[in-house]
Amino acid sequence: MLSITNLHAKVEDKDILKGLNLKVNPGEIHAIMGPNGSGKSTLGYVLSGRDGYEVTQGSVEFAGKNLLDLEIEERAHEGLFLAFQYPVEIPGVSNMEFLKASVDAKRKHLGLPELSAIEFMKLARESSKRVNLDAAFLKRGVNEGFSGGEKKRNEIMQMMLLEPKLCILDETDSGLDIDALQVVAKGVNEMRSPDRSFIVVTHYQRLLDFIVPDFVHVLSGGRIIKTGGKELALELEQKGYGWLEEAV
Amino acid sequence: MLIDAIRLVFVNGIFDASASSELPAEIVRFSQASADQQKIIKQHLGSVIEGDKHLFSGLNNAWVDEGVLIHLKAGQELTKPVYLVQVSQGAVAHAINHRLLVVLEKNSRAEIIEHFMSTEEKQSHFVNAVTEMVLQDNACLQHYNLHLEGEQQQHIGAVHVNLGRGSQFRAFTLALGSQLMRVDYQCHHRGEGAELNLQGIYLPRNQQLVDYHTNIQHWVPHCTSNEIFRGIISDQAKAVFNGRIHIHPQAQKTLAELSNKNLLTSNKAEINTKPELEIYADDVKCAHGATVSQLNANALYYLQSRGVLRADAQVMMSFGFINELLQAVEQEAVRQYLSPKLAKLFGRDPVLDEVES
Repeated sequence: MLSITNLHAKVEDKDILKGLNLKVNPGEIHAIMGPNGSGKSTLGYVLSGRDGYEVTQGSVEFAGKNLLDLEIEERAHEGLFLAFQYPVEIPGVSNMEFLKASVDAKRKHLGLPELSAIEFMKLARESSKRVNLDAAFLKRGVNEGFSGGEKKRNEIMQMMLLEPKLCILDETDSGLDIDALQVVAKGVNEMRSPDRSFIVVTHYQRLLDFIVPDFVHVLSGGRIIKTGGKELALELEQKGYGWLEEAV
Repeated sequence: MLIDAIRLVFVNGIFDASASSELPAEIVRFSQASADQQKIIKQHLGSVIEGDKHLFSGLNNAWVDEGVLIHLKAGQELTKPVYLVQVSQGAVAHAINHRLLVVLEKNSRAEIIEHFMSTEEKQSHFVNAVTEMVLQDNACLQHYNLHLEGEQQQHIGAVHVNLGRGSQFRAFTLALGSQLMRVDYQCHHRGEGAELNLQGIYLPRNQQLVDYHTNIQHWVPHCTSNEIFRGIISDQAKAVFNGRIHIHPQAQKTLAELSNKNLLTSNKAEINTKPELEIYADDVKCAHGATVSQLNANALYYLQSRGVLRADAQVMMSFGFINELLQAVEQEAVRQYLSPKLAKLFGRDPVLDEVES
């Protein structure tokens, strides 16, 4: 599914990723934890192709393709999805219009016809129900005036509509109350399947009680310095990161 | 526009009775005015305009042989909006003079839509439109001034307003570009507690020009002005926005805000914006600002990351930039008329809007 080899990346001349290796097989859930500034968000941005994030070394293979050669939107069409830590507000662009455009773009890539407005409305209403988001949000501007929790649920709804192969959740739990956290986790768990993988970036073990990972990685100084099972997250919760960083 | 309204249609400046509604007593063409109405016309026509500030009104005056008077007596309210349509028709260039005089006496209310349109892109008529409005104490007027004319058209338009004590003027204007599209707003707060709310959108493309000049003068204390204009300038088009708020020495406790935001979608597009505050009173609260920008890179990335092609994302965001103002338009018929038209201008599917609403 995803194979990252010796990835180096910099932002504005500052090296952030320094030789990151990660392999994600279909159906797996990988959690990435690590101290602030270790490069967790950068990894998501690099994989999604954000401008200003320059790969200086290494390679990324995704679904048999060289991911780094693809445009931002092509990566999405191939099935990569990044749920943002801070989803952008776009006043004036209706959520509905945005969602339909993204679903249609994906369908077009797959050689399928666009959905009619009515078909899409039905689909969007169902998805919004699944994440407990009132259908009225579909008519609002993209994330405009949404609370933190509403924004995150909107991200999960997009994920449901786009049915990606690989979902990267970038601190989706930050700023969520327990109820919203469970809604988000439920959405993710419903989407688990043998051919869909997840990378869950988080600071807190709490999320991993709801979304149980197969692997937990510690990202520090731009590299993965330890990998373990779900019990590693519990250990990190107790001990912090210091003991690992000292050992490196 | 599909609207249940009192409709007055002019074709190349000539009144078309067959396409128009039967007019209530409050609305009359100058040529049909009764003796009383003539008195009103004589009293008010030209009274709002400061002639030296708007030279084209002189030309309009010289040509005035017809016009429309809307006169509401104290406390009167029209049950329907008044919809004035100025159609430019035919390939032969015409000079079209349009004159509207609105007199709203104390506590009266009206809604007026002025809509300028062309039947074809190629027309090169010259339109000189002057609207004068007198709002007496506590009168309330909702005014729409829409310019959807052909690309070759030359249009000089002006709206002059006098606001009496406690009166309310809520206005929306929109202009697509043409060879020459100039619209002036000259508003005077002449009675305390008057409120003015003016929102505008301009969208010149190709080699078109849109030129908006607004001048709001606060002569007395305790008045409010809120003015917002947004423009998208594409291709090699050019726009001018000159917004001025002038606060005279007596106009203490004025609240005035002026905002102008522009989006340039090509590196050959041009905007000249000049928001001006001229303040001679010392106890007022005023703000003004103008921005010129390209599309927000973060938002563009967000849309692309969901698979929307960059070009489509740019269209969506451009439309979004003005859609905020469009959605705030109070008259639903105006909103429903403009939304798909403008969406089409940005190459967007209007069907979704219809299903949504």
